[in-house]
Amino acid sequence: MANALRLENVTMQFGGVVSVNNLSLEVPEHQIIALIGPNGAGKTTAFNCITGVYQPTNGMIEFNGKPIVRNHPSGKSAKSYKGENADMYAKDAVLCPTPDQITGLGIARTFQNIRLWKSMTVFENVLIAKHQHADQNVFSATFRGNLSEEERMRNETMDLLVEQGLDAYKDDLAVSLPYGLQRRLEIARALATKPSLLLLDEPAAGMNPQETAELADFVRQIRDKYNLTVFLIEHHMDLVMNISDYIYVIDFGSEIARGIPKDIQNNRKVIDAYLGTVEDEE
Amino acid sequence: MEYVISVLLSGVSVGGQYALIAIGYTLVYGILRLINFAHGDVFMVAGLMGIYFTATLPVSESLPLVVILTVVLGFTIERAAYKPLRNAPRMSVMISAIGVSYLLQNTATYVTGGQPMTYPSIPFLSNTIGVAGTQTKWVVIITPFLVLALVFALSLLINRTKVGMAMRAVSKDFETSRLMGIRINSVISITFIIGSALAAVGSVLFFTNYPAITPTAGAMPGLKAFVAAVFGGIGSIPGAVIGAFLIGICETIIKGLPSSWDVSVFSDAFTFALLIVILIFKPQGLFGEAATDKV
Amino acid sequence: MKEKKISFQAFICISILLIFVIILENISMIFPSLPQIFAPTSPLFTVLKKAAVYSLVAVSMNLLNGFTGLFSLGQAGFMLLGAYTYAILTVPSAMKEQVYYLFGGCAFEFSLLDMFEGIFGSAGFGGAVSMILACLIAIILAGCVAGLFAYFIGIPVLRLKSDYLAIATLGFAEILRAIFQWQKLGKVTNGANMIKGFPTFSSFNITDASGNTVLRLSTFVPFLISALCILIIVLLIHSSYGRAFKAIRDDEVAAEAMGVSLFKHKMLSFVISSFFAGVGGALFAMYVANAQAKAFTSVMTYEILLIVVIGGIGSVSGSVIATFLYVACSEWWLRFLDSEQYVGAIKIPLLRNGFRMVVFSVVIMVIVLFFSQGIMGNREISIGALFKKRTPRAERKQ
Repeated sequence: MANALRLENVTMQFGGVVSVNNLSLEVPEHQIIALIGPNGAGKTTAFNCITGVYQPTNGMIEFNGKPIVRNHPSGKSAKSYKGENADMYAKDAVLCPTPDQITGLGIARTFQNIRLWKSMTVFENVLIAKHQHADQNVFSATFRGNLSEEERMRNETMDLLVEQGLDAYKDDLAVSLPYGLQRRLEIARALATKPSLLLLDEPAAGMNPQETAELADFVRQIRDKYNLTVFLIEHHMDLVMNISDYIYVIDFGSEIARGIPKDIQNNRKVIDAYLGTVEDEE
Repeated sequence: MEYVISVLLSGVSVGGQYALIAIGYTLVYGILRLINFAHGDVFMVAGLMGIYFTATLPVSESLPLVVILTVVLGFTIERAAYKPLRNAPRMSVMISAIGVSYLLQNTATYVTGGQPMTYPSIPFLSNTIGVAGTQTKWVVIITPFLVLALVFALSLLINRTKVGMAMRAVSKDFETSRLMGIRINSVISITFIIGSALAAVGSVLFFTNYPAITPTAGAMPGLKAFVAAVFGGIGSIPGAVIGAFLIGICETIIKGLPSSWDVSVFSDAFTFALLIVILIFKPQGLFGEAATDKV
Repeated sequence: MKEKKISFQAFICISILLIFVIILENISMIFPSLPQIFAPTSPLFTVLKKAAVYSLVAVSMNLLNGFTGLFSLGQAGFMLLGAYTYAILTVPSAMKEQVYYLFGGCAFEFSLLDMFEGIFGSAGFGGAVSMILACLIAIILAGCVAGLFAYFIGIPVLRLKSDYLAIATLGFAEILRAIFQWQKLGKVTNGANMIKGFPTFSSFNITDASGNTVLRLSTFVPFLISALCILIIVLLIHSSYGRAFKAIRDDEVAAEAMGVSLFKHKMLSFVISSFFAGVGGALFAMYVANAQAKAFTSVMTYEILLIVVIGGIGSVSGSVIATFLYVACSEWWLRFLDSEQYVGAIKIPLLRNGFRMVVFSVVIMVIVLFFSQGIMGNREISIGALFKKRTPRAERKQ
């Protein structure tokens, strides 16, 4: 099966701290893949590298078979570089797109600590995500040269809100929604950018068991409905084991295990990483 | 040659005066992340107070009084205009600072009637002295030494005392310092007190050397001192001092260039050009630390 | 559909306002016995003209500070560019010798006014056409020069964070001011002296053959231009781009992640805001009938910023209302504070020159500290609400 996303030797170093160390992983099309690990393991940093928020110090990221991000340590960062494979990409051109360019390629994300636009309504929150793909320029938009385009954006937004069951709240301020619905709105907003790959950063954080259970079905549903590949970070083990096709586990930035849920559940290294190493004294 | 020496001398002295203001900016910015636009005007008010007090009191009494009242002014501004906005967005606090600056300038216009006021000659400081063949005022010679002494005292305060430790902690992390039991408000007040006291000293040195004070006389030195603080790396006292000396010297050199070139209008613009270059190529300044935002 | 209806209503409102201004301006000619306040020299018209000009500048600043969240303090610099562009392009050649006498004439012989008068003639209807075209094109070019300059400084400056952006734009404005005062450029900018002799608002008053004013348009013209420009800004704010600006203001990281290019949109907002500041600068030059660099200081920027704050950051109608209040207070209503006043035989203490501005800045501080939302917060006066009754929120939900 073709890979939607592939990370190759991605290293992210901040000053002397290596947050993501030589991480390689594959996210096959139409699957749900999870990235797990203890707090501070570097999961969100990996997401930020994929989405262009950070430029990785070294490594390459491919989307649908094409490299979209690529970097190698150079200048000052070459001297302080602590990771591996420093020379591997030295000959290739550096690729460092901005987050909006990545989104334009078809990768959308949600945030660990919900980042909705606070002064705007539910409807506007989703509508803005349609801005990038709209056929308009600043003059046609200002002077209403292309009203049908605006009409189309509004209709699509409305459809999406109906599909996500958020239409009843469309004129409410986004921040006035209950927590669970804010999470759902963030997903709806991400879907509005028409992605083929959806990155979910702890979608179940702060949800109660009931909501978490529903979330698993919900993620599968949107995967099928919008023909998505899903890559998610999560701490709720029930949810991860329930929905993932494959799991990567990282700790201190490095991969410590990979496998299908059943294998990960019984993996000694993973248990140690989460619970701390237990010395066998008997 | 004599001309060069006199230009350099006055450059060093102007730089020293900027340094005293720049420290106030850099301390406040380090702690509150606020460009205290009113600081230059506090400096101007200190100058005006100098004029009014020396008119009725002997110099030995009026100068300490100027310092004390400037400190009171700085303290009051912080309590009245910045403290209520502690949890507001940074933009609001900056707007408040601009408002205070506007208020101080307008009040000064009202009090002085908008006329430029002549600074009195302070005994000793205003006396002239011959250095390397050029005549100059004592204040020009004294300024750099006084500045260095004050900076030395200040760095002792910041690095060796408990208050100084608290100030450093607050500038590193506002919230955590508060959780650790540091009384944020007193630390901020102390910062403003130190900044204002230095501005008062600076005003005596600065205006002794200048013909007159107008209500807007503080704005430009204030902005230049801020540029000096940015240049040196905001939050860093040695940085601010070095930046201030550099700007002072460059500015007097530009003013001293042959008048046929007619570049003296650029003495202020130069400072801003320097600022922009620094912001673009080394935004953290000479000695500042780069900050990263967490997503 | 809804959009069209609102646009129509806005069009009606603006037309009514403009007609009202024309009537107000000319009423003293029809009824000479009206009180002094309606005379063309009364402070009423000074205030109206100045406020019309300032409201455009305030709204353009609000577009940047309030709607895009970019704290820029370069407004006076862009106004300066606009004022000089307008002035240099429209001073008639015949006037140049006199205006630039210190520099022995102007290096720039071209004048839009002369060009159009060459085509349409300088008298009667042709003269009016040339005047309108020359002024219009000069105003648009004034905006373009400011916008272009904004584009070039935006490339380095827009990467800076909030307060550094503020101080860098302030710095650019100061640098511009120094350049325009430089005697070496005197043949173009007239050095530190003012440029005058170009068409002003009162040039638009229609006179008959004997030179008597038939129809006054000197207040109408700034209203018309400002209203048009503000309308364009409002349309922009309510377009997809305006929403993207607000997204950047609310949360840059989220905006970028949802496909809003930060650089492109910040630049757009910066350039458009500067364009209208440039237009505002040209109007300002027409209002004061001269262009001089020393008028465009940072104090002017602060003044405009304070207007925006009083009106409510993020509210166009707030900015407009605040401008009219601000200008009316500072130029007219509070004037009495500047001169000695007596109640009966008792002299009121404190009142003398400068007291007005003290009172004024205290009021501003009170607003900044205790009413930080300003007059309007981020709400707008909705034109729709003027036409129909509002449905209560609770009903709408069901």
